[in-house]
Amino acid sequence: MDYNAIGLTAGIEIHQQLNTCEKLFCHCPTLLRDSSEHSGEFFRYLRVTESEMGEIDRAAQEEMKRERKFRYYTYDTTCLVENDEEPPAPLNDEALSVCLTIARMFSMTPVRQVHTMRKLVIDGSNTSGFQRTALVALNGALPNGGEIETICLEEEAAQRVKDDIFSLDRLGIPLIEITTSPCMHTPDEVQQVAEYIGMVLRSTGKVKRGIGTIRQDVNISIRGGSRVEIKGVQELDLIAEVVRREVQRQENLLAIGQQLLMRKASVPDASQDISDIFASTKSAVLKKAKRIHALRLEGFAGLVGCEIQPDRRLGSELSDYAKKCGVGGIFHTDELPAYGVTAEEVGAVRARMHAGDQDCVVIVAAVNDAQAACALQQVITRARVALSEKPVPEETRKMLETGSSAYMRPLPGAARMYPETDVLPVIVDDDRWNGVTIPELLTVKARRFAQEYAIDHNYASQLALSEKLPLFERALTEGIKPKLAAFTILSTCTELRRDGVLIEKITDGDFLATWHAVESGRIAKEAVPDLLKGLASGDSFENVIGKLAPAVSDKELESIIRKIIANRSEFVDQKGRAALGPLMGVVMKEVRGSVDGKIVSELLKKGIDEALSGKKS
Amino acid sequence: MAVVKLDSGYNIGVDPVSCTFSGHPAETPAKKPHVPQKNDLPALSIVSTGGTIASRIDYRTGSVTSQFDAADILTAIPELGKVASYRTIPLASILSENMTPRIWQELAHAVYEEIARGVAGIIVTHGTDTMAYSAAAISFMIDSPVPIVFVGSQRSADRPSSDNAMNAVCAARAATSDLGEVTIVMHATTSDDTCSIHRGTRVRKMHSSRRDAFRSIGIDPIGSVAYPSGEVSLNRGAIRRGCRKPGIHDRLEEHCGLLQFYPGMSPDLLEAYEGYKGLVLAGTGLGHVSTSLIPSLHRLIDSGTMVVMTTQCMQGRVCDRVYDTGRDLLAAGVIEGGDMLPEVALVKMMWVLGNEQDPIRAGCLMQEDLKGECNRRSTHGL
Repeated sequence: MDYNAIGLTAGIEIHQQLNTCEKLFCHCPTLLRDSSEHSGEFFRYLRVTESEMGEIDRAAQEEMKRERKFRYYTYDTTCLVENDEEPPAPLNDEALSVCLTIARMFSMTPVRQVHTMRKLVIDGSNTSGFQRTALVALNGALPNGGEIETICLEEEAAQRVKDDIFSLDRLGIPLIEITTSPCMHTPDEVQQVAEYIGMVLRSTGKVKRGIGTIRQDVNISIRGGSRVEIKGVQELDLIAEVVRREVQRQENLLAIGQQLLMRKASVPDASQDISDIFASTKSAVLKKAKRIHALRLEGFAGLVGCEIQPDRRLGSELSDYAKKCGVGGIFHTDELPAYGVTAEEVGAVRARMHAGDQDCVVIVAAVNDAQAACALQQVITRARVALSEKPVPEETRKMLETGSSAYMRPLPGAARMYPETDVLPVIVDDDRWNGVTIPELLTVKARRFAQEYAIDHNYASQLALSEKLPLFERALTEGIKPKLAAFTILSTCTELRRDGVLIEKITDGDFLATWHAVESGRIAKEAVPDLLKGLASGDSFENVIGKLAPAVSDKELESIIRKIIANRSEFVDQKGRAALGPLMGVVMKEVRGSVDGKIVSELLKKGIDEALSGKKS
Repeated sequence: MAVVKLDSGYNIGVDPVSCTFSGHPAETPAKKPHVPQKNDLPALSIVSTGGTIASRIDYRTGSVTSQFDAADILTAIPELGKVASYRTIPLASILSENMTPRIWQELAHAVYEEIARGVAGIIVTHGTDTMAYSAAAISFMIDSPVPIVFVGSQRSADRPSSDNAMNAVCAARAATSDLGEVTIVMHATTSDDTCSIHRGTRVRKMHSSRRDAFRSIGIDPIGSVAYPSGEVSLNRGAIRRGCRKPGIHDRLEEHCGLLQFYPGMSPDLLEAYEGYKGLVLAGTGLGHVSTSLIPSLHRLIDSGTMVVMTTQCMQGRVCDRVYDTGRDLLAAGVIEGGDMLPEVALVKMMWVLGNEQDPIRAGCLMQEDLKGECNRRSTHGL
């Protein structure tokens, strides 16, 4: 596709958790917990409040369409600040330092006095109803010529456990938000920029690693379409696909808009109670419903069921809007009869709603009239956008598993910001800014590794990007051979992981002890996989090494070799020096990997030579 | 630093030197919503002393707007409109640490006027720091046939998670209930599930920041309000609506003090109270101070200062008849304060000495239960 021709413009926001000792506004550890370990819980209601300019944020307003009770899990690693029961501590200085380092890496201009703000978020993910955030630096540059607009230091939101239940372990972990300008024009470019920024962030050595620790939001628009923000893209590889699918969605919505315009489609206000039609229905959903209302969309027939993205129809969009009122979704006549709704029932609905062939009827099942009216009002709002001159609404959407997306809420505006009066502003003076040191970029580090340690370039690059990079660098300072450490980290660990060994259970200390044991000749490097396997199962280093390989002295080894050659003298006679290969395996099995293969090979060669020359003489 | 609000809504601080004046923005008046009240609902009066039921900074007019008429409150907390109709009396706009006995007296008059007006109940919004002192003061100064409910919020009203709305709704429920005494209504737990109704003379702020900071001490709360149902449950001991005839006794003796004893305390501190009409001591355990203070206490009492002993344990009652020091204190003329909370004893002392000149009768009044502040029986434990 020619993305230039359709006027694709995209920008990204990258959210990266920082690996600081404490949280951003309290002194709790930045430790993620298993929700089954929670030690207590409480619940709250949130209500929308006005901004300091006296306005109500439209995204917040939408969240308030139904009253929601949020339940929170607490842990022995969370405190009253996460519970919104105590004022915040001062802004975490370690987190600010990391943020300033990153700002310098992008050649940004720091904010002289950093002000913490409250960003209104009342979806329950923050106990306070707002996320604390501070703008730290502006105007950075990307190598592709693009710009970084801002870098903010924020507190991470609570993790949703299920429905309206949230876990407070994650709330308050420092997070940096990097926002680029809308400077990208192809899906691949978006992915590359995200990759580059991610690499810069990891170069600090101060960011958290692993799934969920970095999230990308992508802002996308095409000509004639609108700015849409897709939140929560966790896998880097999916970014380009998310952009492609959003382009597809906006193009299809534009096409549907054209069709609706040609058909002179319209959305009347009048919805009706049609509960009686479904008094004895076979549809499980409609049977359970207390009230069923319907709405006629004139000229929409066939278009509501029209696919706009893989597995997503215009109907899915209408349904997402209706769900904000607490209903499970909607039915529409483009997809009926189905779901237990019969052709007769559909006929009766169409007749009652005076729907012609060109019309589509939307049905909603609700607990009461007010909820049904709320849901259909949402459908009316969204359907009217579909046939307007600007048929793609500005929205915040959430990414679905495959790369498609669903509506979340309207794009928030500046009205969601309020000063955090409980946190004092922080001055970033020249001394502090000039004192920020820039760490070596991982890409530069990879080149250096390849050169300095004569490691394959690809290997060096993998090493630099690996989570185990700090371990590798520590090993070098402790005198471990780079190749041994690199091979263990990249090859041995990968193979063991493939075999289901829980590598993450092995501490850095155990890795180092393993390598020191190899370097001192206590174990052979061949014994490393077995040693790591034992360590991963939770056994102590000394125990594992004891079980693994009784130390074999040179004398013992010579005697073992002599015995093996003697037992296979015929084979040795027959094969001559070529017997070395097969006999290596026999000896290594006997010594259970406790001797370096190189030594075994030398002694074995000597033994075979002796045996052969002995025969000759 | 000059604070700049960016289009994104973020504020940043910049060097004022780098700013140039470009003009004043047009002033837009704050919107004034019209909120109709239902006159068939019970009438409540809300007296404001500076509590934050509904307050915010209005940058458009550049000032802190009081946000305190019925329309503002009902706009902020629409659920209140289902409980009652409201009249608002802005009495003061102070931080509660700046409360004074003089303002207690003004508050007593405002409350009494509303009782005389025949309202179903009165809500007093108040900062939480000294709310318990004020509730005690009004308890002693006012006899009321209708509920007088003090309410506030521990988490500011400008946050979506504020406890202000639920506390206000529960306060309105309590103020329209069958209650007939001065109470504090605040969160009972950290969850938004229940508010406790505390007797104004037996309640204390026991945490600096939690929602459920207010606790009844020495007794159970006298009732509770479920949220969001609004159902009010009153205990047997709660004074019911209409049991007392309206009355006001607003005299207070301000020359009274409260002193917490600590090991090694110098007698000089006691001497500083010379000329005071009364002094409440928060002694250790059963009500003790060190032996070295007794001669000074003796002199203080002989010179006409009433001294009442309470316990800094908060829970439990004073008994100065068990140990020698206690007996010496009694011999010096110290009055046992029973199980009164030290700060309640102080407020009561101001009221007693303001209304009773005879020292013997004043001493008796300090030991008599006037408004639920003294329990004859210790039933509650810890």
